[in-house]
Amino acid sequence: MSRIVIVGAGECGARAAFALREKDFDGGITLIGAEPDLPYERPPLSKEGLAAAAPPKYLADAMRYQEARITVLTNAPVARIDRDEKAVELADGRSVAYDRLLLATGARPRVFPGAPENSERIRMLRTHADALAIRAALAPGRKLAVIGGGFIGLELAATARKLGAEVGVIEGLPRILSRGVPKEIAAIVDERHRREGVKILCGARIATIGHQGDGANILLADGGSIAADLLVVGIGATPNTELAEAAGLAVEDGIAVDETLRTSDPDIFAAGDCCSFPLSHYHGRRVRLEAWRNAQEQGTLVAANLMGAAKLVASVPWFWSDQYELTLQIAGLADDAAVTVRRDLSDDAFILFHLDGEGRLIAASAIGPGNAVARDIRLAEMLIATGSRPDPAALASPETKLKKLLGV
Amino acid sequence: MSSNWVEVCAADEIDEEDVIRFDHEGRTFAVYRSPDDEYFATDGLCTHEQIHLADGLVMDDIIECPKHNGRFNYKTGQANGAPVCVNLRTYPVKVEAGSVFLAIS
Repeated sequence: MSRIVIVGAGECGARAAFALREKDFDGGITLIGAEPDLPYERPPLSKEGLAAAAPPKYLADAMRYQEARITVLTNAPVARIDRDEKAVELADGRSVAYDRLLLATGARPRVFPGAPENSERIRMLRTHADALAIRAALAPGRKLAVIGGGFIGLELAATARKLGAEVGVIEGLPRILSRGVPKEIAAIVDERHRREGVKILCGARIATIGHQGDGANILLADGGSIAADLLVVGIGATPNTELAEAAGLAVEDGIAVDETLRTSDPDIFAAGDCCSFPLSHYHGRRVRLEAWRNAQEQGTLVAANLMGAAKLVASVPWFWSDQYELTLQIAGLADDAAVTVRRDLSDDAFILFHLDGEGRLIAASAIGPGNAVARDIRLAEMLIATGSRPDPAALASPETKLKKLLGV
Repeated sequence: MSSNWVEVCAADEIDEEDVIRFDHEGRTFAVYRSPDDEYFATDGLCTHEQIHLADGLVMDDIIECPKHNGRFNYKTGQANGAPVCVNLRTYPVKVEAGSVFLAIS
């Protein structure tokens, strides 16, 4: 096995490329990306990176790819995978042969039904170019409307407020952050935004969105309307599965992989936002995670498996969001929680432990200023990973050190 | 340049296998007590995104950044892989008369 080709030059693909060399893989590595830039970090794009209109925060500079003998093809969208010939065909006609292939194609923002295409006034946020375009439209007094009260939309709202823009967030569900964030924590975030002057409209039913004058307009089903200079749609992401599907690989929400991240073709693997995989800590439940650390961890793990190992995905999902001075962190999946226990870390920071019907810790969610909650969330993640059933009273009491519960 | 020994805190103010933040003359440090009851010090900010490491978790020889889980060996300053690739600077530490001292060069 001498040639590994990676389609998708984001966090996951780039990490996999470097991890291959760190594990002494000696064959050829080609990393193929559709964007003009070398791989960069996406999390800052809704936060400080957007505020500063900063250049991309590159994962590595060109020299490091050279030293690691990683061939990076930028501006190189892939047209198809030829599984018989074991080659990847690029849109510009080039063909790149592989012995093993990694699909790290990521996800793209979900499009609002009926939204005008290629609009300068109705945008989405995924790439550095998107962030720059949004930044250029934000200034004191300019009006920003965000559709979607999820992480991306709310982080963007916080950043836009810092830049002095007037911000409205329009959410279809009864509250913000309904997906994966407990209501107690969502309430703190909601209140913080309102204190900053952000207008949050929950339970909104949108009839249409479109251009109006020099800006954009949202027409609500109840007849109301919201006008803005810029409208950003942040209503979730769709996995990039088209290449896999066209090649006849199994797709189930994302590109379907087993616990070693192998697709239905033994020579093709998939990792990061684009794939759905069975999660061992949650009874093998198939999930797809859109998360930075997952992309990184799966990139590292899949590198070993591309080289013939059979390492199993066993990590606990972990997410974070920064809004104003607040950081929210979540480890695990709380969907099946039967009991929730609260531990106050200080006046303005707390952590919720979620236990299932058998008393097993399955998730922890926390919010607080700065990094106040980070250490306890990390320990909670370890408790989840070891399958512990901690005493709820011990979890609730700040006197009990979580490290003690780990028994290390 | 000769080192200045600066008093950080009483030795028992840092728990075993833990870390505190120490600010001195506009600089910030992280001072550690290992599980074997030895003391160490590094620069206070992660080399990835300027985050205070003292909010992170100490496990054995490793300090993990609270923000993005970048890991360093706090005894050597060695960065242990993505997302951190730049090592931390370390500083000599001594314990005298029940207090921890840090040598700032």
